[in-house]
Amino acid sequence: MSAITFEKALEAGAAAAVAEPAVVAVARSEPAASAASTASVASSAVPVARDGGAPSPKPESRAGEWLRAAARATLPPAIGLAVMIGIWYLATLSAGGSLPGPVQTWEAAVKLFADPFYSNGPNDQGIGWNVLSSLQRVGIGFGIAALIGIPLGFLLGRFATLSSMVNPIISLLRPVSPLAWLPIGLLVFKKADPAATWTIFICSIWPMIMNTAQGVTRVPSDYMNVARVLNLSEWKIFTKILFPAVLPYMLTGIRLSIGTAWLVIVAAEMLTGGVGIGFWVWDEWNNLKVEHIIIAIFVIGIVGLLLEQMLIAIAKRFSYE
Amino acid sequence: MKKFVQVEDVGMRFDTKKGPFVALRDVDLAIEKGEFIALIGHSGCGKSTLLNLIAGLTVPTDGVLICDGREIAGPGPEREVVFQNHSLLPWLTCFENVYLAVERVFGAKEGKPKLKLRTQEALALVGLTHAEQKYPHEISGGMKQRVGIARALSMQPKVLLMDEPFGALDALTRARLQDELMKICDATGATVVMVTHDVDEAVLLSDRIVMMTNGPAATIGEILKVELPRPRNRLELAHDPRYIDYRAAVLSFLYEKQAHHEKQAA
Ligand SMILES: Nc1ncnc2c1ncn2[C@@H]1O[C@H](COP(=O)(O)OP(=O)(O)OP(=O)(O)O)[C@@H](O)[C@H]1O
Ligand SMILES: [Mg+2]
Repeated sequence: MSAITFEKALEAGAAAAVAEPAVVAVARSEPAASAASTASVASSAVPVARDGGAPSPKPESRAGEWLRAAARATLPPAIGLAVMIGIWYLATLSAGGSLPGPVQTWEAAVKLFADPFYSNGPNDQGIGWNVLSSLQRVGIGFGIAALIGIPLGFLLGRFATLSSMVNPIISLLRPVSPLAWLPIGLLVFKKADPAATWTIFICSIWPMIMNTAQGVTRVPSDYMNVARVLNLSEWKIFTKILFPAVLPYMLTGIRLSIGTAWLVIVAAEMLTGGVGIGFWVWDEWNNLKVEHIIIAIFVIGIVGLLLEQMLIAIAKRFSYE
Repeated sequence: MKKFVQVEDVGMRFDTKKGPFVALRDVDLAIEKGEFIALIGHSGCGKSTLLNLIAGLTVPTDGVLICDGREIAGPGPEREVVFQNHSLLPWLTCFENVYLAVERVFGAKEGKPKLKLRTQEALALVGLTHAEQKYPHEISGGMKQRVGIARALSMQPKVLLMDEPFGALDALTRARLQDELMKICDATGATVVMVTHDVDEAVLLSDRIVMMTNGPAATIGEILKVELPRPRNRLELAHDPRYIDYRAAVLSFLYEKQAHHEKQAA
Protein backbone atom coordinates (compact mmCIF):
# COMPACT_ATOMS: atom_id res chain seq x y z
CA MET A 1 0.00 0.00 0.00
CA SER A 2 1.40 3.38 -0.91
CA ALA A 3 1.83 6.11 1.66
CA ILE A 4 -0.80 8.21 -0.08
CA THR A 5 -3.64 5.72 -0.03
CA PHE A 6 -2.62 4.95 3.49
CA GLU A 7 -2.85 8.61 4.39
CA LYS A 8 -6.28 8.90 2.78
CA ALA A 9 -7.50 5.83 4.61
CA LEU A 10 -6.31 7.28 7.87
CA GLU A 11 -7.96 10.60 7.31
CA ALA A 12 -11.19 8.87 6.53
CA GLY A 13 -10.77 6.78 9.66
CA ALA A 14 -9.97 9.79 11.79
CA ALA A 15 -12.89 11.77 10.41
CA ALA A 16 -15.17 8.87 11.21
CA ALA A 17 -13.64 8.70 14.65
CA VAL A 18 -14.34 12.33 15.37
CA ALA A 19 -17.82 12.12 13.98
CA GLU A 20 -18.64 9.42 16.48
CA PRO A 21 -19.11 11.57 19.57
CA ALA A 22 -22.15 12.92 17.77
CA VAL A 23 -23.88 9.78 18.90
CA VAL A 24 -22.71 10.35 22.44
CA ALA A 25 -23.79 13.96 22.23
CA VAL A 26 -27.33 12.96 21.35
CA ALA A 27 -27.31 10.47 24.17
CA ARG A 28 -26.44 13.29 26.51
CA SER A 29 -29.70 14.90 25.41
CA GLU A 30 -28.07 17.90 23.77
CA PRO A 31 -29.42 19.53 20.60
CA ALA A 32 -28.56 17.58 17.46
CA ALA A 33 -26.87 20.69 16.08
CA SER A 34 -23.79 19.74 18.11
CA ALA A 35 -23.21 16.86 15.73
CA ALA A 36 -22.72 19.34 12.91
CA SER A 37 -20.28 21.44 14.87
CA THR A 38 -18.27 18.40 15.92
CA ALA A 39 -18.01 17.23 12.35
CA SER A 40 -16.90 20.64 11.15
CA VAL A 41 -13.97 20.53 13.59
CA ALA A 42 -12.82 17.41 11.84
CA SER A 43 -13.33 18.57 8.31
CA SER A 44 -11.89 22.05 8.78
CA ALA A 45 -8.58 20.91 10.22
CA VAL A 46 -7.58 18.76 7.28
CA PRO A 47 -8.01 21.01 4.22
CA VAL A 48 -6.45 23.97 6.02
CA ALA A 49 -3.39 21.88 6.76
CA ARG A 50 -3.15 20.69 3.15
CA ASP A 51 -3.36 24.15 1.62
CA GLY A 52 -0.53 25.31 3.85
CA GLY A 53 1.96 23.43 1.66
CA ALA A 54 1.69 25.98 -1.19
CA PRO A 55 5.12 27.15 -2.41
CA SER A 56 6.29 30.55 -1.20
CA PRO A 57 7.15 33.25 -3.75
CA LYS A 58 10.50 32.92 -5.48
CA PRO A 59 13.06 35.68 -4.93
CA GLU A 60 13.22 37.98 -7.98
CA SER A 61 15.88 40.51 -8.72
CA ARG A 62 13.68 43.45 -9.70
CA ALA A 63 11.33 45.00 -7.17
CA GLY A 64 8.40 45.09 -9.60
CA GLU A 65 8.74 41.44 -10.42
CA TRP A 66 9.00 40.67 -6.76
CA LEU A 67 5.87 42.64 -5.92
CA ARG A 68 3.94 40.96 -8.69
CA ALA A 69 5.09 37.55 -7.51
CA ALA A 70 4.17 38.38 -3.93
CA ALA A 71 0.76 39.54 -5.03
CA ARG A 72 0.27 36.39 -7.07
CA ALA A 73 1.15 34.27 -4.05
CA THR A 74 -0.88 36.13 -1.41
CA LEU A 75 -3.82 37.49 -3.35
CA PRO A 76 -5.72 34.27 -4.15
CA PRO A 77 -5.60 32.95 -0.56
CA ALA A 78 -6.67 36.39 0.70
CA ILE A 79 -9.59 36.47 -1.71
CA GLY A 80 -10.54 32.94 -0.70
CA LEU A 81 -10.53 33.92 2.94
CA ALA A 82 -12.58 37.06 2.22
CA VAL A 83 -15.16 35.01 0.30
CA MET A 84 -15.39 32.53 3.14
CA ILE A 85 -15.98 35.31 5.68
CA GLY A 86 -18.54 36.87 3.32
CA ILE A 87 -20.48 33.61 3.06
CA TRP A 88 -20.27 33.24 6.82
CA TYR A 89 -21.66 36.76 7.22
CA LEU A 90 -24.54 36.09 4.84
CA ALA A 91 -25.26 32.80 6.57
CA THR A 92 -25.52 34.51 9.94
CA LEU A 93 -27.91 37.08 8.46
CA SER A 94 -30.25 34.39 7.20
CA ALA A 95 -29.90 32.30 10.37
CA GLY A 96 -31.42 35.17 12.29
CA GLY A 97 -28.96 35.73 15.11
CA SER A 98 -28.60 32.12 16.36
CA LEU A 99 -25.14 31.93 14.71
CA PRO A 100 -22.64 34.64 15.64
CA GLY A 101 -21.27 36.62 12.68
CA PRO A 102 -17.65 37.54 11.87
CA VAL A 103 -17.77 40.86 13.74
CA GLN A 104 -19.26 39.38 16.86
CA THR A 105 -16.72 36.55 16.79
CA TRP A 106 -13.85 38.95 16.25
CA GLU A 107 -14.87 41.00 19.26
CA ALA A 108 -15.13 37.88 21.37
CA ALA A 109 -11.73 36.75 20.16
CA VAL A 110 -10.11 40.05 21.07
CA LYS A 111 -11.51 39.72 24.60
CA LEU A 112 -10.51 36.06 24.80
CA PHE A 113 -6.94 36.54 23.65
CA ALA A 114 -6.39 39.54 25.88
CA ASP A 115 -5.80 37.06 28.70
CA PRO A 116 -5.28 33.56 27.35
CA PHE A 117 -3.47 32.30 30.45
CA TYR A 118 -5.80 33.02 33.36
CA SER A 119 -6.73 30.24 35.75
CA ASN A 120 -9.79 30.17 38.00
CA GLY A 121 -9.64 26.59 39.13
CA PRO A 122 -9.59 23.44 36.99
CA ASN A 123 -12.84 24.12 35.15
CA ASP A 124 -12.25 27.75 34.18
CA GLN A 125 -8.92 28.39 32.49
CA GLY A 126 -7.73 30.57 29.63
CA ILE A 127 -7.77 29.24 26.06
CA GLY A 128 -3.95 29.16 26.10
CA TRP A 129 -3.93 26.67 28.97
CA ASN A 130 -6.56 24.58 27.22
CA VAL A 131 -4.56 24.38 24.02
CA LEU A 132 -1.37 23.64 25.91
CA SER A 133 -2.87 20.81 27.92
CA SER A 134 -4.30 19.28 24.75
CA LEU A 135 -0.89 19.54 23.14
CA GLN A 136 0.66 17.96 26.20
CA ARG A 137 -1.67 14.97 26.00
CA VAL A 138 -0.95 14.62 22.30
CA GLY A 139 2.78 14.90 23.01
CA ILE A 140 2.80 12.22 25.69
CA GLY A 141 0.52 9.80 23.87
CA PHE A 142 2.35 10.31 20.61
CA GLY A 143 5.77 10.07 22.28
CA ILE A 144 5.02 6.69 23.85
CA ALA A 145 3.53 5.51 20.55
CA ALA A 146 6.71 6.58 18.73
CA LEU A 147 8.93 4.81 21.26
CA ILE A 148 7.05 1.57 20.67
CA GLY A 149 5.80 1.96 17.10
CA ILE A 150 9.03 2.93 15.33
CA PRO A 151 11.22 0.08 16.66
CA LEU A 152 8.32 -2.31 16.08
CA GLY A 153 8.05 -1.04 12.51
CA PHE A 154 11.76 -1.73 11.95
CA LEU A 155 11.39 -5.26 13.30
CA LEU A 156 8.31 -5.96 11.17
CA GLY A 157 10.06 -4.66 8.07
CA ARG A 158 13.23 -6.64 8.68
CA PHE A 159 11.75 -9.98 9.72
CA ALA A 160 9.07 -11.38 7.43
CA THR A 161 7.86 -14.06 9.85
CA LEU A 162 7.24 -11.53 12.58
CA SER A 163 5.44 -9.34 10.10
CA SER A 164 3.11 -12.13 8.97
CA MET A 165 2.46 -12.86 12.65
CA VAL A 166 1.59 -9.28 13.61
CA ASN A 167 0.03 -7.97 10.40
CA PRO A 168 -3.39 -9.63 10.85
CA ILE A 169 -3.64 -8.10 14.31
CA ILE A 170 -2.75 -4.67 12.98
CA SER A 171 -5.22 -4.98 10.11
CA LEU A 172 -7.92 -5.91 12.58
CA LEU A 173 -7.25 -3.13 15.08
CA ARG A 174 -6.26 -0.27 12.79
CA PRO A 175 -9.73 0.48 11.37
CA VAL A 176 -11.21 0.65 14.88
CA SER A 177 -12.01 4.19 15.97
CA PRO A 178 -9.54 5.14 18.70
CA LEU A 179 -12.48 6.38 20.75
CA ALA A 180 -13.67 2.81 21.07
CA TRP A 181 -10.56 2.28 23.19
CA LEU A 182 -11.45 5.09 25.55
CA PRO A 183 -13.60 2.98 27.91
CA ILE A 184 -10.77 0.45 28.15
CA GLY A 185 -8.46 3.31 29.10
CA LEU A 186 -10.92 4.56 31.71
CA LEU A 187 -11.24 1.06 33.09
CA VAL A 188 -7.50 0.44 33.31
CA PHE A 189 -6.33 3.89 34.43
CA LYS A 190 -9.40 4.83 36.51
CA LYS A 191 -8.83 8.47 35.53
CA ALA A 192 -9.90 10.61 32.61
CA ASP A 193 -6.57 12.20 31.80
CA PRO A 194 -4.46 9.08 31.15
CA ALA A 195 -7.44 7.57 29.33
CA ALA A 196 -7.37 10.44 26.82
CA THR A 197 -3.61 10.01 26.44
CA TRP A 198 -4.16 6.31 25.91
CA THR A 199 -6.59 7.07 23.09
CA ILE A 200 -3.97 9.28 21.48
CA PHE A 201 -1.42 6.50 21.88
CA ILE A 202 -3.68 4.01 20.11
CA CYS A 203 -4.53 6.28 17.21
CA SER A 204 -0.97 7.45 16.57
CA ILE A 205 0.82 4.13 16.80
CA TRP A 206 -0.56 2.58 13.58
CA PRO A 207 0.77 5.04 11.01
CA MET A 208 4.22 4.88 12.58
CA ILE A 209 4.34 1.08 12.62
CA MET A 210 3.01 0.77 9.09
CA ASN A 211 5.07 3.51 7.48
CA THR A 212 8.30 2.46 9.17
CA ALA A 213 7.77 -1.17 8.24
CA GLN A 214 6.92 -0.20 4.68
CA GLY A 215 10.03 1.99 4.53
CA VAL A 216 12.22 -0.92 5.60
CA THR A 217 10.80 -3.25 2.96
CA ARG A 218 11.16 -0.50 0.36
CA VAL A 219 14.88 0.07 0.98
CA PRO A 220 16.31 -0.34 -2.54
CA SER A 221 17.87 -3.77 -2.96
CA ASP A 222 20.91 -1.95 -4.40
CA TYR A 223 21.70 -0.54 -0.99
CA MET A 224 21.26 -3.91 0.66
CA ASN A 225 23.55 -5.42 -1.96
CA VAL A 226 26.15 -2.80 -1.07
CA ALA A 227 25.78 -3.87 2.54
CA ARG A 228 26.27 -7.50 1.56
CA VAL A 229 29.23 -6.87 -0.70
CA LEU A 230 30.92 -4.69 1.91
CA ASN A 231 29.94 -7.33 4.49
CA LEU A 232 28.77 -4.68 6.95
CA SER A 233 27.82 -5.59 10.49
CA GLU A 234 24.13 -5.59 11.49
CA TRP A 235 24.75 -2.36 13.46
CA LYS A 236 26.40 -0.61 10.51
CA ILE A 237 23.60 -1.78 8.24
CA PHE A 238 21.15 -0.19 10.63
CA THR A 239 22.94 3.12 11.15
CA LYS A 240 24.36 3.65 7.67
CA ILE A 241 21.70 2.14 5.42
CA LEU A 242 18.43 1.14 7.07
CA PHE A 243 17.89 4.17 9.28
CA PRO A 244 18.69 6.90 6.73
CA ALA A 245 16.76 5.09 4.01
CA VAL A 246 13.70 4.66 6.22
CA LEU A 247 13.82 8.13 7.77
CA PRO A 248 11.58 9.82 5.15
CA TYR A 249 8.95 7.08 5.56
CA MET A 250 9.25 7.35 9.32
CA LEU A 251 8.69 11.09 9.19
CA THR A 252 5.62 10.57 7.01
CA GLY A 253 4.32 8.19 9.65
CA ILE A 254 5.02 10.73 12.37
CA ARG A 255 3.26 13.45 10.41
CA LEU A 256 0.17 11.29 9.88
CA SER A 257 0.21 10.26 13.52
CA ILE A 258 0.33 13.77 14.86
CA GLY A 259 -2.36 14.90 12.43
CA THR A 260 -4.65 12.08 13.52
CA ALA A 261 -3.82 12.62 17.17
CA TRP A 262 -4.77 16.27 16.89
CA LEU A 263 -8.09 15.28 15.32
CA VAL A 264 -8.81 12.69 17.97
CA ILE A 265 -7.80 14.68 21.04
CA VAL A 266 -10.66 17.13 20.58
CA ALA A 267 -13.19 14.31 20.49
CA ALA A 268 -11.57 12.44 23.36
CA GLU A 269 -11.53 15.49 25.58
CA MET A 270 -15.18 16.15 24.89
CA LEU A 271 -15.85 12.77 26.45
CA THR A 272 -13.37 12.86 29.31
CA GLY A 273 -13.63 16.49 30.42
CA GLY A 274 -10.88 18.26 32.36
CA VAL A 275 -8.70 20.99 30.86
CA GLY A 276 -8.23 20.86 27.10
CA ILE A 277 -9.44 22.48 23.91
CA GLY A 278 -11.97 19.72 23.24
CA PHE A 279 -13.46 20.04 26.65
CA TRP A 280 -13.42 23.80 26.29
CA VAL A 281 -15.51 23.55 23.12
CA TRP A 282 -17.98 21.38 24.96
CA ASP A 283 -18.08 23.72 27.95
CA GLU A 284 -18.68 26.77 25.78
CA TRP A 285 -21.52 24.88 24.08
CA ASN A 286 -23.06 24.28 27.49
CA ASN A 287 -22.65 27.99 28.20
CA LEU A 288 -24.16 28.69 24.77
CA LYS A 289 -21.17 30.86 23.77
CA VAL A 290 -21.26 29.83 20.14
CA GLU A 291 -18.77 32.53 19.08
CA HIS A 292 -16.21 30.82 21.33
CA ILE A 293 -16.83 27.55 19.55
CA ILE A 294 -16.10 29.24 16.24
CA ILE A 295 -12.93 30.71 17.71
CA ALA A 296 -11.99 27.23 18.93
CA ILE A 297 -12.46 25.86 15.43
CA PHE A 298 -10.01 28.43 14.10
CA VAL A 299 -7.55 27.79 16.93
CA ILE A 300 -7.67 24.03 16.41
CA GLY A 301 -7.19 24.52 12.67
CA ILE A 302 -4.25 26.87 13.14
CA VAL A 303 -2.50 24.64 15.70
CA GLY A 304 -2.98 21.66 13.40
CA LEU A 305 -1.57 23.65 10.51
CA LEU A 306 1.46 24.70 12.55
CA LEU A 307 2.12 21.13 13.67
CA GLU A 308 1.95 19.94 10.08
CA GLN A 309 4.22 22.73 8.80
CA MET A 310 6.74 22.02 11.55
CA LEU A 311 6.90 18.34 10.61
CA ILE A 312 7.14 19.14 6.91
CA ALA A 313 10.08 21.42 7.70
CA ILE A 314 11.76 18.64 9.68
CA ALA A 315 11.14 16.16 6.86
CA LYS A 316 12.71 18.59 4.36
CA ARG A 317 15.73 18.95 6.58
CA PHE A 318 16.26 15.18 6.45
CA SER A 319 15.52 14.56 2.79
CA TYR A 320 18.73 13.84 0.98
CA GLU A 321 17.72 14.22 -2.64
CA MET B 1 49.52 -20.73 -14.32
CA LYS B 2 47.25 -21.23 -11.30
CA LYS B 3 43.57 -20.59 -11.88
CA PHE B 4 42.28 -17.97 -9.46
CA VAL B 5 38.56 -17.98 -10.10
CA GLN B 6 36.92 -21.13 -11.35
CA VAL B 7 33.37 -21.42 -12.60
CA GLU B 8 32.58 -25.12 -12.95
CA ASP B 9 29.47 -26.43 -14.74
CA VAL B 10 27.41 -23.63 -13.31
CA GLY B 11 23.71 -23.40 -14.04
CA MET B 12 21.26 -20.87 -12.74
CA ARG B 13 17.55 -21.44 -12.61
CA PHE B 14 15.09 -18.85 -11.36
CA ASP B 15 11.75 -19.91 -9.95
CA THR B 16 9.26 -17.51 -11.46
CA LYS B 17 5.47 -17.39 -11.35
CA LYS B 18 5.35 -19.06 -14.76
CA GLY B 19 7.55 -21.89 -13.54
CA PRO B 20 11.31 -22.40 -13.57
CA PHE B 21 13.37 -20.20 -15.88
CA VAL B 22 16.84 -21.41 -16.82
CA ALA B 23 19.04 -18.37 -17.26
CA LEU B 24 22.44 -20.06 -17.42
CA ARG B 25 23.57 -23.61 -18.14
CA ASP B 26 26.94 -25.40 -18.25
CA VAL B 27 29.06 -22.31 -17.74
CA ASP B 28 32.72 -23.23 -17.45
CA LEU B 29 35.36 -20.57 -17.03
CA ALA B 30 38.73 -20.42 -15.37
CA ILE B 31 40.25 -17.03 -14.72
CA GLU B 32 43.92 -16.48 -13.99
CA LYS B 33 45.29 -14.16 -11.40
CA GLY B 34 45.67 -10.65 -12.81
CA GLU B 35 43.65 -11.44 -15.89
CA PHE B 36 41.18 -8.96 -17.36
CA ILE B 37 38.01 -10.67 -18.63
CA ALA B 38 35.26 -8.94 -20.58
CA LEU B 39 31.79 -10.51 -20.58
CA ILE B 40 29.86 -9.58 -23.68
CA GLY B 41 26.52 -10.69 -25.06
CA HIS B 42 23.10 -9.46 -25.99
CA SER B 43 20.87 -7.87 -23.42
CA GLY B 44 19.21 -10.32 -21.08
CA CYS B 45 21.54 -13.22 -21.83
CA GLY B 46 22.71 -13.57 -18.25
CA LYS B 47 25.85 -11.48 -17.88
CA SER B 48 24.73 -9.82 -14.67
CA THR B 49 23.56 -13.18 -13.39
CA LEU B 50 27.01 -14.66 -13.92
CA LEU B 51 28.70 -11.67 -12.32
CA ASN B 52 26.40 -11.86 -9.29
CA LEU B 53 27.26 -15.53 -8.96
CA ILE B 54 30.97 -14.75 -8.86
CA ALA B 55 30.27 -11.95 -6.38
CA GLY B 56 28.39 -14.42 -4.22
CA LEU B 57 25.25 -12.29 -4.19
CA THR B 58 23.35 -15.30 -5.52
CA VAL B 59 24.11 -19.01 -5.27
CA PRO B 60 24.01 -21.25 -8.35
CA THR B 61 21.38 -23.95 -8.70
CA ASP B 62 23.95 -26.20 -10.40
CA GLY B 63 27.71 -26.48 -10.29
CA VAL B 64 30.20 -24.69 -8.12
CA LEU B 65 32.26 -21.51 -8.09
CA ILE B 66 35.69 -21.35 -6.51
CA CYS B 67 37.82 -18.36 -5.65
CA ASP B 68 41.38 -18.72 -4.42
CA GLY B 69 40.84 -22.41 -3.67
CA ARG B 70 37.66 -21.90 -1.65
CA GLU B 71 34.05 -22.32 -2.66
CA ILE B 72 32.15 -19.04 -3.06
CA ALA B 73 29.30 -19.21 -0.55
CA GLY B 74 28.55 -15.50 -0.20
CA PRO B 75 29.99 -12.06 -0.80
CA GLY B 76 33.52 -11.61 0.48
CA PRO B 77 35.96 -8.73 0.85
CA GLU B 78 38.35 -10.27 -1.68
CA ARG B 79 35.69 -9.85 -4.40
CA GLU B 80 34.43 -6.33 -4.83
CA VAL B 81 31.60 -5.20 -7.08
CA VAL B 82 31.18 -1.99 -9.04
CA PHE B 83 27.44 -1.93 -9.60
CA GLN B 84 25.88 -0.99 -12.90
CA ASN B 85 24.16 1.99 -11.26
CA HIS B 86 27.05 2.92 -8.93
CA SER B 87 24.88 2.33 -5.81
CA LEU B 88 26.34 5.08 -3.67
CA LEU B 89 24.49 5.80 -0.46
CA PRO B 90 22.84 9.18 -1.06
CA TRP B 91 23.01 10.32 2.57
CA LEU B 92 26.78 9.93 2.77
CA THR B 93 29.37 12.18 1.16
CA CYS B 94 31.74 10.72 -1.41
CA PHE B 95 34.37 10.51 1.30
CA GLU B 96 32.02 8.73 3.71
CA ASN B 97 30.87 6.32 1.02
CA VAL B 98 34.43 5.19 0.43
CA TYR B 99 35.34 5.37 4.12
CA LEU B 100 32.55 2.92 4.95
CA ALA B 101 34.24 0.33 2.76
CA VAL B 102 37.77 1.12 3.93
CA GLU B 103 36.73 0.94 7.56
CA ARG B 104 35.16 -2.46 7.03
CA VAL B 105 38.27 -4.02 5.50
CA PHE B 106 41.07 -2.29 7.40
CA GLY B 107 39.28 -0.96 10.50
CA ALA B 108 40.33 -3.86 12.69
CA LYS B 109 44.05 -3.35 12.14
CA GLU B 110 44.53 0.33 11.43
CA GLY B 111 43.80 3.60 13.21
CA LYS B 112 41.53 6.37 12.00
CA PRO B 113 44.25 8.57 10.42
CA LYS B 114 45.43 5.63 8.31
CA LEU B 115 41.89 4.82 7.24
CA LYS B 116 41.29 8.43 6.25
CA LEU B 117 44.51 8.44 4.28
CA ARG B 118 43.45 5.31 2.42
CA THR B 119 40.11 6.91 1.59
CA GLN B 120 41.79 10.05 0.29
CA GLU B 121 44.20 8.00 -1.78
CA ALA B 122 41.38 6.02 -3.37
CA LEU B 123 39.51 9.20 -4.31
CA ALA B 124 42.72 10.80 -5.60
CA LEU B 125 43.24 7.76 -7.79
CA VAL B 126 40.05 8.49 -9.68
CA GLY B 127 40.73 12.25 -9.64
CA LEU B 128 38.02 13.24 -7.21
CA THR B 129 39.93 14.86 -4.36
CA HIS B 130 38.02 18.09 -4.93
CA ALA B 131 34.64 16.35 -4.57
CA GLU B 132 35.35 14.50 -1.33
CA GLN B 133 32.81 16.39 0.75
CA LYS B 134 30.08 16.44 -1.87
CA TYR B 135 26.97 14.30 -1.75
CA PRO B 136 26.19 11.94 -4.63
CA HIS B 137 23.34 14.11 -5.88
CA GLU B 138 25.74 17.05 -6.15
CA ILE B 139 28.08 15.39 -8.63
CA SER B 140 27.75 14.22 -12.21
CA GLY B 141 26.98 10.70 -13.35
CA GLY B 142 30.56 10.08 -14.39
CA MET B 143 31.84 11.29 -11.04
CA LYS B 144 29.44 8.99 -9.22
CA GLN B 145 30.68 6.10 -11.27
CA ARG B 146 34.24 7.01 -10.34
CA VAL B 147 33.36 7.12 -6.63
CA GLY B 148 31.88 3.64 -7.05
CA ILE B 149 35.13 2.50 -8.62
CA ALA B 150 37.15 4.23 -5.88
CA ARG B 151 35.06 2.47 -3.25
CA ALA B 152 35.74 -0.91 -4.82
CA LEU B 153 39.44 -0.20 -5.35
CA SER B 154 39.93 1.15 -1.81
CA MET B 155 39.24 -2.30 -0.44
CA GLN B 156 42.14 -3.69 -2.46
CA PRO B 157 40.08 -6.62 -3.66
CA LYS B 158 41.79 -9.54 -5.33
CA VAL B 159 38.92 -9.69 -7.80
CA LEU B 160 37.15 -6.65 -9.17
CA LEU B 161 33.71 -7.34 -10.63
CA MET B 162 32.26 -4.56 -12.75
CA ASP B 163 28.78 -4.55 -14.25
CA GLU B 164 28.80 -2.14 -17.19
CA PRO B 165 30.66 0.42 -15.10
CA PHE B 166 30.93 2.90 -17.96
CA GLY B 167 27.61 2.09 -19.57
CA ALA B 168 25.83 5.36 -18.86
CA LEU B 169 28.74 7.68 -19.56
CA ASP B 170 29.51 9.93 -22.49
CA ALA B 171 32.25 8.82 -24.85
CA LEU B 172 34.90 11.24 -23.54
CA THR B 173 34.47 10.39 -19.87
CA ARG B 174 34.29 6.75 -20.74
CA ALA B 175 37.59 6.85 -22.60
CA ARG B 176 39.27 8.63 -19.71
CA LEU B 177 37.99 6.14 -17.17
CA GLN B 178 39.02 3.22 -19.36
CA ASP B 179 42.56 4.60 -19.47
CA GLU B 180 42.54 5.13 -15.71
CA LEU B 181 41.27 1.61 -15.15
CA MET B 182 44.04 0.14 -17.31
CA LYS B 183 46.65 2.04 -15.31
CA ILE B 184 45.15 0.92 -12.00
CA CYS B 185 45.07 -2.69 -13.11
CA ASP B 186 48.70 -2.51 -14.21
CA ALA B 187 49.66 -1.01 -10.87
CA THR B 188 47.68 -3.32 -8.59
CA GLY B 189 47.60 -6.52 -10.61
CA ALA B 190 43.90 -6.99 -9.83
CA THR B 191 41.87 -9.68 -11.49
CA VAL B 192 38.94 -8.08 -13.29
CA VAL B 193 35.68 -9.37 -14.71
CA MET B 194 33.84 -6.65 -16.54
CA VAL B 195 30.42 -6.82 -18.18
CA THR B 196 30.14 -4.59 -21.21
CA HIS B 197 28.03 -3.94 -24.28
CA ASP B 198 30.79 -2.05 -25.98
CA VAL B 199 32.93 -4.04 -28.43
CA ASP B 200 35.74 -1.46 -28.54
CA GLU B 201 35.89 -1.38 -24.78
CA ALA B 202 36.09 -5.16 -24.60
CA VAL B 203 38.97 -5.38 -27.10
CA LEU B 204 40.86 -2.43 -25.65
CA LEU B 205 40.78 -3.56 -22.03
CA SER B 206 40.72 -7.32 -21.87
CA ASP B 207 43.02 -10.28 -22.07
CA ARG B 208 40.12 -12.52 -22.98
CA ILE B 209 36.65 -11.74 -24.22
CA VAL B 210 33.98 -14.17 -23.07
CA MET B 211 31.09 -14.10 -25.52
CA MET B 212 27.79 -15.46 -24.34
CA THR B 213 25.03 -17.04 -26.38
CA ASN B 214 21.52 -15.70 -26.17
CA GLY B 215 19.19 -16.73 -23.39
CA PRO B 216 17.25 -18.47 -22.14
CA ALA B 217 19.69 -21.15 -21.01
CA ALA B 218 22.63 -19.07 -22.12
CA THR B 219 26.16 -20.32 -21.94
CA ILE B 220 29.61 -19.33 -23.12
CA GLY B 221 29.66 -19.33 -26.91
CA GLU B 222 33.24 -18.39 -27.69
CA ILE B 223 36.27 -17.11 -25.88
CA LEU B 224 38.56 -14.73 -27.75
CA LYS B 225 42.10 -14.26 -26.54
CA VAL B 226 43.24 -10.67 -27.13
CA GLU B 227 47.00 -10.73 -27.54
CA LEU B 228 47.76 -7.06 -27.84
CA PRO B 229 50.82 -5.80 -25.96
CA ARG B 230 50.35 -3.60 -22.90
CA PRO B 231 50.29 -0.75 -22.17
CA ARG B 232 47.68 -0.20 -24.85
CA ASN B 233 47.00 3.08 -26.54
CA ARG B 234 43.62 3.61 -28.10
CA LEU B 235 44.88 5.90 -30.84
CA GLU B 236 47.62 3.55 -32.00
CA LEU B 237 45.32 0.54 -31.78
CA ALA B 238 42.67 2.14 -33.97
CA HIS B 239 44.76 1.34 -37.05
CA ASP B 240 46.33 -1.87 -35.78
CA PRO B 241 45.18 -4.74 -38.04
CA ARG B 242 45.10 -7.17 -35.11
CA TYR B 243 42.81 -4.83 -33.21
CA ILE B 244 40.55 -4.54 -36.23
CA ASP B 245 40.47 -8.35 -36.57
CA TYR B 246 39.55 -8.86 -32.91
CA ARG B 247 36.85 -6.29 -33.22
CA ALA B 248 35.47 -7.94 -36.33
CA ALA B 249 35.48 -11.32 -34.60
CA VAL B 250 33.40 -10.07 -31.70
CA LEU B 251 31.03 -8.21 -34.01
CA SER B 252 30.54 -11.27 -36.16
CA PHE B 253 29.76 -13.36 -33.08
CA LEU B 254 27.21 -10.86 -31.85
CA TYR B 255 25.54 -9.91 -35.10
CA GLU B 256 25.90 -13.01 -37.28
CA LYS B 257 26.07 -16.07 -35.07
CA GLN B 258 23.78 -14.77 -32.33
CA ALA B 259 21.71 -12.33 -34.33
CA HIS B 260 18.80 -14.57 -35.29
CA HIS B 261 18.04 -15.38 -31.65
CA GLU B 262 17.74 -11.79 -30.72
CA LYS B 263 14.00 -11.45 -31.18
CA GLN B 264 13.36 -14.75 -29.49
CA ALA B 265 15.32 -13.70 -26.42
CA ALA B 266 13.70 -10.32 -26.06
N1 LIG C 1 15.72 -12.75 -10.04
C1 LIG C 1 15.33 -13.19 -11.24
N2 LIG C 1 14.18 -13.88 -11.37
C2 LIG C 1 13.79 -14.34 -12.57
N3 LIG C 1 14.46 -14.17 -13.71
C3 LIG C 1 15.60 -13.47 -13.65
C4 LIG C 1 16.09 -12.95 -12.41
N4 LIG C 1 17.26 -12.30 -12.66
C5 LIG C 1 17.46 -12.42 -13.98
N5 LIG C 1 16.49 -13.12 -14.57
C6 LIG C 1 16.41 -13.46 -16.00
O1 LIG C 1 17.63 -14.00 -16.37
C7 LIG C 1 18.01 -13.53 -17.66
C8 LIG C 1 19.39 -12.90 -17.59
O2 LIG C 1 19.32 -11.70 -16.82
P1 LIG C 1 20.59 -10.78 -16.63
O3 LIG C 1 20.19 -9.67 -15.76
O4 LIG C 1 21.72 -11.61 -16.15
O5 LIG C 1 20.87 -10.26 -18.10
P2 LIG C 1 22.07 -9.34 -18.64
O6 LIG C 1 22.84 -10.17 -19.59
O7 LIG C 1 22.79 -8.75 -17.51
O8 LIG C 1 21.25 -8.25 -19.42
P3 LIG C 1 21.64 -6.70 -19.63
O9 LIG C 1 22.75 -6.65 -20.57
O10 LIG C 1 20.38 -6.12 -20.22
O11 LIG C 1 21.95 -6.13 -18.27
C9 LIG C 1 16.94 -12.57 -18.10
O12 LIG C 1 16.09 -13.24 -19.02
C10 LIG C 1 16.19 -12.24 -16.86
O13 LIG C 1 14.84 -12.05 -17.14
MG1 LIG D 1 22.96 -6.69 -16.68
